[in-house]
Amino acid sequence: MSRTPLDTVEHATATPDVELPWAELGLKKDEYERVVEILGRRPTGAELAMYSVMWSEHCSYKSSKVHLRQFGEKAPQSDALLVGIGENAGVVDVGQGYAVTFKVESHNHPSYVEPYQGAATGVGGIVRDIIAMGARPVAVVDPLRFGAADHPDTKRVLPGVVAGIGGYGNCLGLPNIGGEVVFDSCYQGNPLVNAGAIGVMKHEDIHLAKASGAGNKVILYGARTGGDGIGGASILASETFDDAKPSKRPAVQVGDPFQEKLLIECTLEAFKEKLVVGIQDLGAAGLSCATSELASNGSGGMRVTLDDVPLRDSTLSPEEILMSESQERMCAVVEPEKVDRFLEICEKWDVIATVIGEVTDGDRLEIYWHGGKIVDVDPRTVAHEGPTYERPYARPSWQDELQADDANKLPRPQTSEELKDQVLRLVGSPNQASKKWITSQYDHFVQGNTVLAQPEDSGMIRIDEETGLGVAIATDGNGRYTKLDPYTGAQLALAEAYRNVATTGAKPLAVSDCLNFGSPEDPAVMWQFAEAIRGLADACQQLGTPVTGGNVSLYNQTGEVAIHPTPVVAVLGVIDDVARRTPVAFQEEGQLLYLLGDTREEFGGSAWSQVVHDHLGGLPPQVDLERERLLAEILISASRDGMIDSAHDLSDGGLIQAVVESALLGGRGARLVVPDGLDAFTFLFSESAGRAVVAVPRSEEVRFNDMCGARGLPVTRIGVVDGDAVDVQGEFALSLEELREAHEATIPALLA
Amino acid sequence: MTARIGVVTFPGSLDDRDTQRAIRLAGAEPVALWHKDKNLHQVDAVVLPGGFSYGDYLRAGAISRFSPVMETVIEQAKAGLPVLGICNGFQILTEAHLLPGGMLGNDHLHFICRDQKLRVENAATSWTSDYSEGQEIFIPLKNMDGRYVADQYTLDKLEAEGRVAFRYLARDGVANERGNPNGSLNDIAGITNEAGNVVGLMPHPEHAVEPLIGSGRTDGLPFFTSILKKLVNA
Repeated sequence: MSRTPLDTVEHATATPDVELPWAELGLKKDEYERVVEILGRRPTGAELAMYSVMWSEHCSYKSSKVHLRQFGEKAPQSDALLVGIGENAGVVDVGQGYAVTFKVESHNHPSYVEPYQGAATGVGGIVRDIIAMGARPVAVVDPLRFGAADHPDTKRVLPGVVAGIGGYGNCLGLPNIGGEVVFDSCYQGNPLVNAGAIGVMKHEDIHLAKASGAGNKVILYGARTGGDGIGGASILASETFDDAKPSKRPAVQVGDPFQEKLLIECTLEAFKEKLVVGIQDLGAAGLSCATSELASNGSGGMRVTLDDVPLRDSTLSPEEILMSESQERMCAVVEPEKVDRFLEICEKWDVIATVIGEVTDGDRLEIYWHGGKIVDVDPRTVAHEGPTYERPYARPSWQDELQADDANKLPRPQTSEELKDQVLRLVGSPNQASKKWITSQYDHFVQGNTVLAQPEDSGMIRIDEETGLGVAIATDGNGRYTKLDPYTGAQLALAEAYRNVATTGAKPLAVSDCLNFGSPEDPAVMWQFAEAIRGLADACQQLGTPVTGGNVSLYNQTGEVAIHPTPVVAVLGVIDDVARRTPVAFQEEGQLLYLLGDTREEFGGSAWSQVVHDHLGGLPPQVDLERERLLAEILISASRDGMIDSAHDLSDGGLIQAVVESALLGGRGARLVVPDGLDAFTFLFSESAGRAVVAVPRSEEVRFNDMCGARGLPVTRIGVVDGDAVDVQGEFALSLEELREAHEATIPALLA
Repeated sequence: MTARIGVVTFPGSLDDRDTQRAIRLAGAEPVALWHKDKNLHQVDAVVLPGGFSYGDYLRAGAISRFSPVMETVIEQAKAGLPVLGICNGFQILTEAHLLPGGMLGNDHLHFICRDQKLRVENAATSWTSDYSEGQEIFIPLKNMDGRYVADQYTLDKLEAEGRVAFRYLARDGVANERGNPNGSLNDIAGITNEAGNVVGLMPHPEHAVEPLIGSGRTDGLPFFTSILKKLVNA
């Protein structure tokens, strides 16, 4: 963009015929025409920059918002919800005056281009969302999906992503307590790097992103603005990868976790002294987003002098400054008489802070550069009134065929020897194997409040040292189930995360989601998206857990091939006293093992069908949300009343996977008996939902059975914690040593 | 009376609040010290906590060592003030030459976080007297640059003078490659100065002070009870 003469509003009005590079900035023709219509003239270069990033798929949700409305329309009544969808992150009441904010976001595209920085800045971004709500971040989780574990490019992407998450999160002092690692060739060119964070505050400390009060100052603080990440959201995250285009490396931001740590401490100190009226972090779309959102959410307008923005590179144009996604920056609105104290706190933490503008009593966002007015817009048209698309969607032609390819008809093991062999293959397969090589690169001790961390069913953090009040979080998603049936698959993701929270003894309260799909321009993908949202919204309504926020990541596809539709669901729960938490590991020999719930022949999308037959077809397991709720109530009561000493949810890999994990973590084996009415194969490998295995001390056996009986939850005694092998009576026994070798050697052998 | 134990916060310190909690749980009074403030506010001992001070830029501990507060810490440590350096704090102590040797990147080039078995080799320092010599304990370890190195003369001297305070062990109690998490020479996890008032180690005792939290063990608490007893009885 030429800067001679400066493209001011005045200049734009005088030169209506100047051609602007709207297509290169990712705008469609009709979108550009709409900008011209809104302004009543052609936009200036700076205005075009703002509209193009804010109207990108990533920032505007233009393809997804007609569907996302269901989360609001179907939201269950919940007293726990303090701040819902639309802010930087949702906020939930967890009792005792505490509020918890949490959110999951994607950083998929940058992480494929540059795994370390892509993943690192994903952590940075989600953590700033949490701080912007007024909370101290207390933990992070990372649901990750990669291509085939043995593909050479996975060895490029995964170690970089893991090192990036560790490098950034560890340096911030945030324990990494949960998440997932899944391999599937559908993610080969489109790894999913989702990042979640939790923050804690008192109710009265909740802050919102709005600029109110004419005369209040707008302060930009944190890192200097550089040329990195320009167009990250509009170009990287809103288009399909295509080999023919030039390298997108410069569009990936570079993170500095040390700077972010200072930003956290200095922001929290400013909050503590009540110096902040409104606050917004700078993430996707940088200053364009922060200024337009703060202004449009507030009561007045805003005037900004772009010359005052501290730069890392003095040659940046105003358009570039507005679009830069340089990390570790925040924008605060502060009353004039508190500005000095705010700047003092920033100085104490060696954080650069600059007044770049003020709130006006008008309703325009005006931005100046070298004395000329280069932006004069209604901020709502930038931030909230972007285009909305009703993208066509249609059930794909191949869906029937896929569902007809019934996994229940696959050849099953015929002998005990085969069964044993398949168990070993399952627990050592990349998806079921121990992820210790990965999680040991994350700090899970820092802050000294971690009660549970991966591989537990949910991560758990103590938030009050006196009372033991704690929160738990689990993230789950199963692209294979969702591909078979998007409606059910999304519900299964929620059901699993909900169950995982309850298994540890916490009560599920609220949901955040990260919806990872292919290109919205493909009607088949749009159908998957629409179905998944409908399923998730219905299930959230039924389980009473509102969606508080999240993120949509589209265009996860390379050429014509989209990823499996992959909604990742995070459920947040609360536990009154973390001393009552239930771990996965078997605690004591002699305790009785019970299977809770019903086991059916359900192998569609199962780990067994993938590992043994490399098969994906049929229908995913049925969902019974009332059963999930009942199971959760039983698990929470049993935990609170000390009736169970360990519990593990049953999901991918079925019962045998769960028992092997509990045995290896506890260093204690189990003797299992196949229950009447079930064959050994179905007992061990079925992935029926709504189930858990619990270990009950003998003294609690009667009480526990009575409780399940009274509430109508099917409960089957399946064995006892015993010895140093997993022994399925009448079938086979595998020593813990043998199992440990199979379970723990896989990932280091592939990736170390 | 109780003892006042200072915990320094550098920009990028992470375990400062955890260390204050551990001091409190041991029965002493934690005092927050600020890196720009030379004044130690009459504390009886100082802990340099873990973290990534100054982002570990340049070299772990290399910049913090020049903080104003360190001028006083160095001066008083030489005069006998008890000082404990944990992880990044240990790195700062070596950069400040209060302890010999230094830390390089882990030999496997990854960050490592795990519950680590150690043997207490010297139970006579200000910070280890509540342990017994030869005691085996588990303390969480988490670092990127934890590989202790020193020249042969220094290693020999440390060994000869019994100044290796902690050694990494494998789960079966043997000091070997399996137990050594990062390639540290002589399996060294922590050392002391000649006087026994300055101790540094890579593992994090402040993360092993409550039965429910972190590693679920309390093997780290004796660090803080050791110093408390020494100070109160003094």
